[in-house]
Amino acid sequence: MSIYYVNKFLFQVDADPELLARYKADPAELVAWWETERGPWLNRVERTTWLGFTGTERRALVAHDYVTLFELGAHFFLSLTIFIAIYDADYAARSGPLSFQREYGANLAHWMGKEYPSVAL
Amino acid sequence: MATLSAVLATTHHPFYLKATTAPPEERMPQADEWKRKVEAYRETLTVAKPDILVMVGADHFHQFFSDNYPTFLIGKQPMYDATFYNETREFGLPTFLLQGHEELSGYMLQGLLDRGFDFSVSHELKIDHSIICPIITTRPAADLPIVPIYTNIFAPPLPSPKRFWDLGRAIRSIIDEWPSDLRVAAVGSGHLSLELGGPRQFGETGPDPEFDLQAIEWLRTGDIDGILANVTHESMSGAGNATHGFMDLILMMGIAGPIEASYVDSLDLFHTREAYVTWYPEGAPS
Repeated sequence: MSIYYVNKFLFQVDADPELLARYKADPAELVAWWETERGPWLNRVERTTWLGFTGTERRALVAHDYVTLFELGAHFFLSLTIFIAIYDADYAARSGPLSFQREYGANLAHWMGKEYPSVAL
Repeated sequence: MATLSAVLATTHHPFYLKATTAPPEERMPQADEWKRKVEAYRETLTVAKPDILVMVGADHFHQFFSDNYPTFLIGKQPMYDATFYNETREFGLPTFLLQGHEELSGYMLQGLLDRGFDFSVSHELKIDHSIICPIITTRPAADLPIVPIYTNIFAPPLPSPKRFWDLGRAIRSIIDEWPSDLRVAAVGSGHLSLELGGPRQFGETGPDPEFDLQAIEWLRTGDIDGILANVTHESMSGAGNATHGFMDLILMMGIAGPIEASYVDSLDLFHTREAYVTWYPEGAPS
């Protein structure tokens, strides 16, 4: 169930402006650091010992590849929110309001009319 | 016994405040109409003269996550902070400090347990936009104590539509039995058809305009039989991957009961349709 860990990454990074800035600037660095240094901790003392990303999950997170994340069953709200935070302002300045959101939807157009991958864990 | 002075079921579009306070040259074409509709809807709560608001919403992975996501949760606190960093960042929502009502929270919690709803309870709940958006639209002074109730419409597996209706019925009976002279209004928010992070997101309308009109009609007529015969988790997914927020509107109708609504309005916006519904189960305010 490492898609849980993917969701945990998206949840924690989206909620922390410093981590979000690192994820935008250098995703490979932030994903590698988070997977081993931040993600496992339940609190300052207790650690989960068995969670990690698969290669596909790690590559998708590093590539900001929201299509693959959708297809792996990452939660749609977490993916949308974090990639809006990273891309929306730049897209809007270049191509107008909602241009990032519409491109995001268009890149998933091959799922139109089909049953989406489940986000249930 | 307490008076249930109004029940409101509303969508919670997080961009309402931003859209209606932007400089005129940056406003979307529907902003003025949207503001007029929201202000007219607000009046349906104002005239009910509530003393306390029972607020129903759902945490959007702001405080709660899948390490421990509550199916149903009530807050029991003297005060509640509201609005998370990433909501201010994305939606431009301000922070709030809302008063709580610990007595009604405690009475509600015990009443729910007694009726077979084994709620979680939080004593350090922070409120997200599912409750702050309806505060902004229906009670912007944010001057009334709240009793917040959260449901899981978000992290499957989810409770059934019938369970949301039954929960609404239970909340109603608890308010009816509460030994108080105060006037309680219930205000809850959810969605009509909605797609987030999928191929149908941010279209010219909501992802399923036909569902939206049918859903409003079910709410208008108090037609719980029609809802339970037609609305399933699968049918809601078919209308849009985040449509399950409709179950919180079913819950609100459960508080009102199977009666006709006194006020119904809606607005077709990009991305989603807004719905504004009010019931007066104890009669319209004079």
